[in-house]
Amino acid sequence: MATRLPGAPALEREQLLDFLYQMLLIRRFEERSAEQYGRQKIGGFLHLYIGQEAVAVGAVAALSPEDYIVSHYREHGHALARGCDPKRVMAELFGREGGVSRGKGGSMHLFDKERHFLGGYAIVAGHLPIAVGLGLSGQYLGQDRIAVAFFGDGAVNEGAFHESLNLAAVWKVPVLFICENNQYAMGTEISRVSAETEVYKRALAYNLHAEQVDGMDVVAVYEATKRLAERARSGEGPMFLEAMTYRFRGHSMADPELYRSKEETQRWLGRDPIARLKDRLENADLLREEEYTDLDRRAREAVDEAVRWADASPPPPPEALWTDVYVGRGPVRGRDHA
Amino acid sequence: MPEITYREAISQALQEELNADERVFLMGEDIGAYGGSYAVTKGFLEAYGEKRVRDTPISEEAIVGCAIGAAMGGLKPIAELMTINFSLLAMDQIVNNAAKILYMSGGQVPVPFVLRTVSGGGLQLGAQHSQSLESWYAQVPGLVVVAPATPYDAKGLLKSAIREPNPVLFVEHSLLYRVRGEVPEGDYTVPIGEADVKREGKDVTIVAYLRTLGLALEVADRLAREEGVEAEVVDLRTLRPLDLEPVFASVKKTNRAVIVEDAWQTGGLSGEIAGRIQDEVFDWLDAPVKRLNAPDVPMPYARNLEQLALPTADQLYDLVLETLQ
Repeated sequence: MATRLPGAPALEREQLLDFLYQMLLIRRFEERSAEQYGRQKIGGFLHLYIGQEAVAVGAVAALSPEDYIVSHYREHGHALARGCDPKRVMAELFGREGGVSRGKGGSMHLFDKERHFLGGYAIVAGHLPIAVGLGLSGQYLGQDRIAVAFFGDGAVNEGAFHESLNLAAVWKVPVLFICENNQYAMGTEISRVSAETEVYKRALAYNLHAEQVDGMDVVAVYEATKRLAERARSGEGPMFLEAMTYRFRGHSMADPELYRSKEETQRWLGRDPIARLKDRLENADLLREEEYTDLDRRAREAVDEAVRWADASPPPPPEALWTDVYVGRGPVRGRDHA
Repeated sequence: MPEITYREAISQALQEELNADERVFLMGEDIGAYGGSYAVTKGFLEAYGEKRVRDTPISEEAIVGCAIGAAMGGLKPIAELMTINFSLLAMDQIVNNAAKILYMSGGQVPVPFVLRTVSGGGLQLGAQHSQSLESWYAQVPGLVVVAPATPYDAKGLLKSAIREPNPVLFVEHSLLYRVRGEVPEGDYTVPIGEADVKREGKDVTIVAYLRTLGLALEVADRLAREEGVEAEVVDLRTLRPLDLEPVFASVKKTNRAVIVEDAWQTGGLSGEIAGRIQDEVFDWLDAPVKRLNAPDVPMPYARNLEQLALPTADQLYDLVLETLQ
């Protein structure tokens, strides 16, 4: 059996199989999340990452474990790619005490400080200046770490996007902005609301080094991220990566998808990042069908286990309502002044 | 004890904390080369360099968001918004991020930073530069809101704010920078979350903060001189968490209370305080709790109109006498 993929000589077979496993894990996790939402185990909003797996998996694999990551509200994939325990991520979706954010964040606010995964944020572009600050802290303290922010094409028309890119560039902050351009800001197609639809060009206006990459190709995303992360790390200032991708499901569970055609979705389904990597590996004689089946079975089992574990985790105790409002001072509740 | 201005007291606190902790740094619009729009950080850039005194673009949201991220990364940022009016451009960062991250993360991620800003009218700066919005932020769980009225409290509270493990909105007042008072040299702190009785009295309680503390003390002196009335003046100093124990204790003694603030009355802190007084010490009250606020209008430019749009000593004097009738 071959050991290297043509065109990607730097990647070991083991790593490529791991990419495949992680994308399958995210895919199966999201499918089960949708099902659990239907059973009302999960409340509120649920934004599925299905279709975009190559971006999270490729990008996060290219980072150091010390690098900071912040993300938007479609962040289950980034958290899982970062190594957050699927059991605890599912428990967070269930609103249970065992959740990564102890049930107080929910689907849109996953935090895992140990892994420097510093949050999903639900105000569009609101986390981009935070990424600049995280990058600044590394630069200020002389640490060998960068900050990475994931966001969508919807974020690029917010003031926070422009303010953040400019500030990062002026201060040469080691931050990598990764725009997952899935062509739709909720239900609005990018050309209807963006005068410049090639997002990376906006970054060029702030003198960032900016590139576009095929976000349905996990190897391409990995290589681009690796290159840009190293440039940011070595003091070249902020970097920008636009990953061209597509979400196969609706914006959230309530989305009837009236704004796009079945034909368009069908076309993108033909570029499914999981099927593409599988085919590429098989064609290069790096993967056998039974190995793929085995990876998928492992992913499904991990997700089954996550659902069981989440369901067994208790809800947060009522007292948790009042904790974590402040560090080191009692909750400020009604008539108390503590 | 040396007598210095409110401006100098704040400047001293900043310098002492910059000297004490390498992780402390300042960022904001025109704080460096220009020296600060209220000259609080004059000379800082030369003394501390560009790493620690960082001029920013006019990007309020990025200033506050960057401070939040830097705090999450282990630094102790002191960000400055030139006036509280501009904080509206950063409200998403202050309310949706700074105040929520600890809670949303289930207690994993504290956000310790200080956001200094300047509140208040009275300088004919018009409707967009004269607001007193601190009471808005005092409603938000997760934020600490500090509002010192004297040079002593300004220095001591700023030092506490910089050492506080939570996000602190530190509100200064544009008309107080020249106020003088005794301030110790060197290190001391004033605790956050403790109101302070600035003048003792037995006949009526006046609750004030920021600029209105000066009004309250002036009126208390006049009342003593002209009417033989001894007013007790409580300075809130911290607006969140709000320490009303000294107010309740005072009302138990005086049986009367007047609250004075520069904010608009509708939805202001004065209503909250009046409500809490009635919850806690209703049986001690001999008169309805009175409030003196700014009228519910945008700030006009014309000098005569602006003076009508801010609480005055005469109005406070009359209101206190009303509660004593």
